[in-house]
Amino acid sequence: MHAHEEGHHPPSYRLLIGVWGALMVLTAVTVWVAQVPLGFLNVVAAMAVATCKALLVTLFFMHLKDENWTFKGMVLLVFVILAIFIGFTFFDTAYR
Amino acid sequence: MTIHRDYTGSKMGMWIFLFTEILLFGGLFVIYAAYHHRYPEEFHHASKALDTAMGTVNTVVLITSSLFVAMAVAALRRAEDARARLLVVLTIAFAGVFLVIKYFEWTAKFHHGIYPGSAELAATHAPGEIVFYSLYFAMTGLHAVHVIVGMGLLGFILARMRAGAVNSTDFVFLENGGLYWHLVDLIWIYLFPLFYLIA
Repeated sequence: MHAHEEGHHPPSYRLLIGVWGALMVLTAVTVWVAQVPLGFLNVVAAMAVATCKALLVTLFFMHLKDENWTFKGMVLLVFVILAIFIGFTFFDTAYR
Repeated sequence: MTIHRDYTGSKMGMWIFLFTEILLFGGLFVIYAAYHHRYPEEFHHASKALDTAMGTVNTVVLITSSLFVAMAVAALRRAEDARARLLVVLTIAFAGVFLVIKYFEWTAKFHHGIYPGSAELAATHAPGEIVFYSLYFAMTGLHAVHVIVGMGLLGFILARMRAGAVNSTDFVFLENGGLYWHLVDLIWIYLFPLFYLIA
């Protein structure tokens, strides 16, 4: 009865290890990029790499890619709320 | 007898809990961002005192433990029970390694007089640097508490797996424990560059 509730087949070990490999490469990239003096762009680069890693973890390890759009929409909503939270704080602090 | 199990509901409940965790750390990230904006030079300078090598090793350790728990869920769903249990044990072991490294890192900071409320820190560092170290201890400390809770949770799930209560047809408890563990990893993915790499 609950066969369809369990959803998709479990991910293959090969896929999971591949994602781990990509996360290791991105970790090396972020450590390397931090050595290059880019000023403010260093912060942008670090956050961009971290967000790529976060996407890999949520989509594959937390298998969000296999969930329905209710789950995906909820996660997206939380990050929009977080962006508003941080963004609106800067409307204040950045113009003092 | 039919046992009703609502996997979607269980998972949704777990995700909603994770959202509250994201917003809990989100508040701390807002404080970090606001003070980084106010004291860019001090943050840059204070960050140099942190051990990038230890931070990098801990990133590798935590991501690897995240892989192990993801594989444990996949193994349990394939009814490879023994392998699933071994992977959960490895996850907990790597969480322990993370905490041991964290212990040595913090101890080294304490030896240099860098800890919350330290008179030496207040006398020798600029206000912006003190804010940086306060956030470092608060955020990595709260994260470490989550690591300890995660170890306890996974240990309990392991006992339920040994008892056969969590198995290939009823695996949502391990799956939710895994989701929690991935969140702990996710938060570290942002903490690591913000504290160790901005120098």
